[in-house]
Amino acid sequence: MCATCGCDDAGAVTITGPGQDHHEHDHHDHHDHDHHAHAHAHAHETVVLEQDVLAKNGLLAERNRGWLEARGVCAVNLMSSPGSGKTTLLERTVRELAADLALAVIEGDQETPMDAERLRATGCRTLQINTGSGCHLDADMLARALRTLDPADRTLVFIENVGNLVCPALFDLGEQHRIVLASTTEGEDKPLKYPHMFRGADLVLLTKVDLLPHLRFDTERFAEHLSRVNPRAGVLPVSAVTGEGLDRWHGWLRAALPPRVPGVPAGH
Amino acid sequence: MHELSITQSMVEAIAEQTGGRRVLRVVLEIGRLSGVEVDAVRFCFDVVAAGTAVEGAELEIDEPQGQARCRQCGTTFEPSDPLAGCACGSLDLEVTSGEQLRIREVRVKRDVRDVRV
Repeated sequence: MCATCGCDDAGAVTITGPGQDHHEHDHHDHHDHDHHAHAHAHAHETVVLEQDVLAKNGLLAERNRGWLEARGVCAVNLMSSPGSGKTTLLERTVRELAADLALAVIEGDQETPMDAERLRATGCRTLQINTGSGCHLDADMLARALRTLDPADRTLVFIENVGNLVCPALFDLGEQHRIVLASTTEGEDKPLKYPHMFRGADLVLLTKVDLLPHLRFDTERFAEHLSRVNPRAGVLPVSAVTGEGLDRWHGWLRAALPPRVPGVPAGH
Repeated sequence: MHELSITQSMVEAIAEQTGGRRVLRVVLEIGRLSGVEVDAVRFCFDVVAAGTAVEGAELEIDEPQGQARCRQCGTTFEPSDPLAGCACGSLDLEVTSGEQLRIREVRVKRDVRDVRV
C-alpha cells in the first residue's frame, strides 16, 4: 500500500510521469499502464518506493529470533556507554556460570580484539565483531556471528554491543532480552538523557556499586529517573569487584534460558 | 552516529531498486521521533552517495510530526522531539507515530532503452 495516498499497488514499483505531484496522479494510469508501452519519452521518471529503511534489519532480526528459538538458544544484548563495565561484568559472570551452563560471547567494538581476548582468557567461546566506523551491531552482523559460533542447544549467548547509549537502541538484533548497564560513575540522569535506550530495556544493571561510598550518586533517584522512562524494567545493583548483586543477576539469566527438555543435558 | 549506516542502507536500497539508473532526486520521510538527525543524514548522504548512481542527487526530507500516548495520564499529544515528555511530567510514552524512516520516492534518469515510443 502506498503510504502517501493510501492506494494499494501491492508493493509493485509504480512509474509516474516526471514532475508530477504524487497527489495529482491519475490512479487508473498509476495502476494500469505498462511503462514499457508508455508513449512519452520523458527525460526522467519518478519511482515510488515507500520502503522502510530499517525493514531489512527488522526482517533479519526476526530471522535471528526464529533461529535462536529453534535451537533453544537465549541471546541477551548488553548495551551501555563505553566504560560502564560490560566486559568486566561478563568476565566474572562467565567464570561463575561456566560450570553448569553452555555459554558464548559475541563482542562488538569498533576496533581491536582486546575485549574478546579478555573473555577468551576465561575459557569462554568468544567471537569478536569489529564494526570499523559503525557505532552499533545490526541484525546481519549477529546472523553471521551466530552461524560462525554455531552454539549448541540451550547456550546462553551474551552479545556485548558497541559502547554507545544512542545508536544500538535503534537496531533490533533478534535477541530475546535487552539489558542496559549504567555505572554509578555516570550519574543518575542517564535514563532521562538517553530515553530511547532505557525505554527498550528489559533489565537495567547499575554497575560499580562498590564505588558508591566515594560518589555522590543517589541510587533511589536513578531508579526514579528510570521509572519515569520505563517503569517495567527492574534495576539490579551489581559490582563485578565485590560480587554484590551477582547472585540475583545470575539467577535472572538462568530464568531467561528456555526450560530444559527432560533427558537432554545442557550443551547438547 | 547511526545516521551513517542508515544513510548507507538507504543509498544501497535505492541503487538496488533503480537498477543502476542515474538518480536525480530522493525523497525521504524521517519522523520527528525516529531519533535520526536529519542534518546528519544530509551530511552523510553526499559522502555515501559518492561513486554510486545516487551521486549528486537532490535530497528532500519530509519530517512528519509524531504522536504519543502518555502511559501515566492517558493524554495523547505531539511531542516536539524524541526527548520530550508529557505535560504531567511523565516520560513513559507509547509512541504511536513519528518513528518512521522511509524512502518515499526517487526520480531517475530515464534509460533510453526503456522508452518505446
